[in-house]
Amino acid sequence: MAKTIFLKNVRIVDPASGLDETSDLLIIDGKIEKIGKAGSVKTDRELDLTGKLVVPGLMDMHVHLREPGFEHKETIETGVRSAAYGGFTAVACMPNTTPAIDDESVARYVQEKSKQLLGGIVDVYPIAAATKGRKGEELSPMAELVEAGAVGFSDDGSPIMSANIMRRAFEYSSMFGVPVIQHAEDSTLTRGGSMNEGLQSTRLGMPGIPPVAEELMIGRDIMLLRYVPGAKYHVAHLSTRGGLELVRAARKEKLNITCEVTPHHFSLTDEAVDSFDTNTKMNPPLRTADDVQAMKEGLRDGAIDVIATDHAPHTVDEKEVEFTMAPFGIVGLETAVGLCVTELLEQKFLSWPELIEKLSTNPRKILGLPAVRISEGEKANLTFIDPDLEWIVRPEEFHSKSKNSPFGGRRLKGRAFGIFNNGKLFTAG
Amino acid sequence: MKLQTRHLLGLEGMSREDLTLILDTAVSFKEVLERPIKKVPPLQGKTIVNLFFESSTRTRISFELAERRLSADVVNFAAAGSSVSKGETLKDTARNIEAMKIDMVVIRHASPGAAHFLSRVVKANVINAGDGAHEHPTQGLLDMFTLREKFGRLEGIRVCIVGDILHSRVARSNIHGLRAMGAEVSVCGPATLIPRGIEQLGVKVYHRLEDVIPHTDVLNVLRIQLERQESGFFPSLREYHRYFGVTKERVAQAGHAITIMHPGPINRDVELSADLADGEHSVILEQVTNGVAVRMAVLYLLGSR
Repeated sequence: MAKTIFLKNVRIVDPASGLDETSDLLIIDGKIEKIGKAGSVKTDRELDLTGKLVVPGLMDMHVHLREPGFEHKETIETGVRSAAYGGFTAVACMPNTTPAIDDESVARYVQEKSKQLLGGIVDVYPIAAATKGRKGEELSPMAELVEAGAVGFSDDGSPIMSANIMRRAFEYSSMFGVPVIQHAEDSTLTRGGSMNEGLQSTRLGMPGIPPVAEELMIGRDIMLLRYVPGAKYHVAHLSTRGGLELVRAARKEKLNITCEVTPHHFSLTDEAVDSFDTNTKMNPPLRTADDVQAMKEGLRDGAIDVIATDHAPHTVDEKEVEFTMAPFGIVGLETAVGLCVTELLEQKFLSWPELIEKLSTNPRKILGLPAVRISEGEKANLTFIDPDLEWIVRPEEFHSKSKNSPFGGRRLKGRAFGIFNNGKLFTAG
Repeated sequence: MKLQTRHLLGLEGMSREDLTLILDTAVSFKEVLERPIKKVPPLQGKTIVNLFFESSTRTRISFELAERRLSADVVNFAAAGSSVSKGETLKDTARNIEAMKIDMVVIRHASPGAAHFLSRVVKANVINAGDGAHEHPTQGLLDMFTLREKFGRLEGIRVCIVGDILHSRVARSNIHGLRAMGAEVSVCGPATLIPRGIEQLGVKVYHRLEDVIPHTDVLNVLRIQLERQESGFFPSLREYHRYFGVTKERVAQAGHAITIMHPGPINRDVELSADLADGEHSVILEQVTNGVAVRMAVLYLLGSR
């Protein structure tokens, strides 16, 4: 007996299919059977989605699932649940685990584990380490890792400081068409830093992380990319206006460069550190109002391809320490959609189709994954969003194992409330 | 009159009324310190812990004297380095304090915001005795007290803070406190030791002592630490002394008397020449005396709130 699901009276937004209309959607056996007014159909499950949106399944290409090695912060299971509640049908997870994802066994472990969770509804793609042990010294076995499912290479958390290793990573990875994702930071300029360097760090007496550290690394990498034009370069969590200008110029040159921004970098400034709340400590750090404005402009004019959360769980005990001693990072999967709607759609920086490109189409394109489209005959990979729901962020209710968010108490508009993928339906609440 | 705050975490944002109240109260306590019997009863029955996560001699002794002269019961807790290195977090330390029913906590810590952190997790009044390079409010207050005593006012006097502004909590507390009271504040030091954006706090920046000396009434000279040389902020103490050392010859160029301050301990003949430190315009020892009076005022005002 075929399993049929009928989504009634829903606004379907899919930039890839040029679709933005309110209609009905019939799914049979995990495939989109029909789009269009169908009247009454006999189905196993019918959802009246009047006033709601259905969009191609969102993907967060920058999360830390912490397993193996740091299961007290997050496990693949809790990370996947958090993704599902946040509206993501896919995540790409960073390799700074213990052991690092620098050999095929770990890459396979992460994927196999995720397939057993929530019926395998969330696709988990490993980003493998670019260098062995993420030490920045020797290349990881890239060919083997690609074969084992790695979709990108990154030493995220640690920048690849050696220009020579970065050059070799570009050259070697270019054979597979897989991007090198750089945590762009010249660490000789940032050692000991806890927040953006500028007026706020001066006021607070806090060791600074100068914006030029990000710009320098992006600048160097662009020069290397010009020298190795066959490589693909993706800048993780861009945070500075200067860094964005460099990316913009490199795009004009038609270099293979892409970049992402996190929701916190387009919605908070370094003034938030005033509270000494360690949930405002992340790397790259919160920057100035001018940088925040630049991030929004970059999203609007297309210089920034992707919104990714850099979901970085840490326990309460790890975070509730002196600011300079606290680890960097915040969780982001369950606040991403709300922040995008509140900060970008409501403020007219992006339209729904543009937002979907940055949360669904572009991350998959950059990582070489098949496009997700809403059209008849396609596999159904969908996210359901209530665009008008106003809600207050309560970190204690997150499904992630960790609650380290600076957005607690903040009123947001827009929230994902379910996903469909791999023949499975998941709805929140 | 009562303070508008339960804790003394920093001078930034403090009202002129609160600052004046503390300074005025300190005047009465200074008078107490001149008496043959220097003890008064206002904090009798109150327990104060001095939580020093960073080594300090004079600030700790100054606080302890102030506490005892107000008849408080005093407990000292000195941890070498951070509590984290001992396996106990600051939060656990705070919980212990809470469990021991302590009324007031004086905390010195290497991390900016440590006092703020503590004030959020304990019911006791928290006094910041220095948090990293952030603030050292009682030092700022005692400097203000000393200047007010010397000049009869703070409004309009010109104070230049000399040296390692980047790493100095004393500089920040002085800037906020003095500016709130209407003084003009400038800073002078090597470009590597002037933090970004400090002009936006309303101070003028100089890199040559010669440029500022004619335009200042006071030089507040900060201690320069050798470890800054090791981390690349300046080439040598010799060169530092040559270009940023406050000496008699330099000060003489002002054409008017310049009051010399130093938060101590002094590297004699490095940042400040010995003859100036011991000279007629030095108020360095008055600062030490006033430190006790100002701390008594702060403890008294917070403790009797």
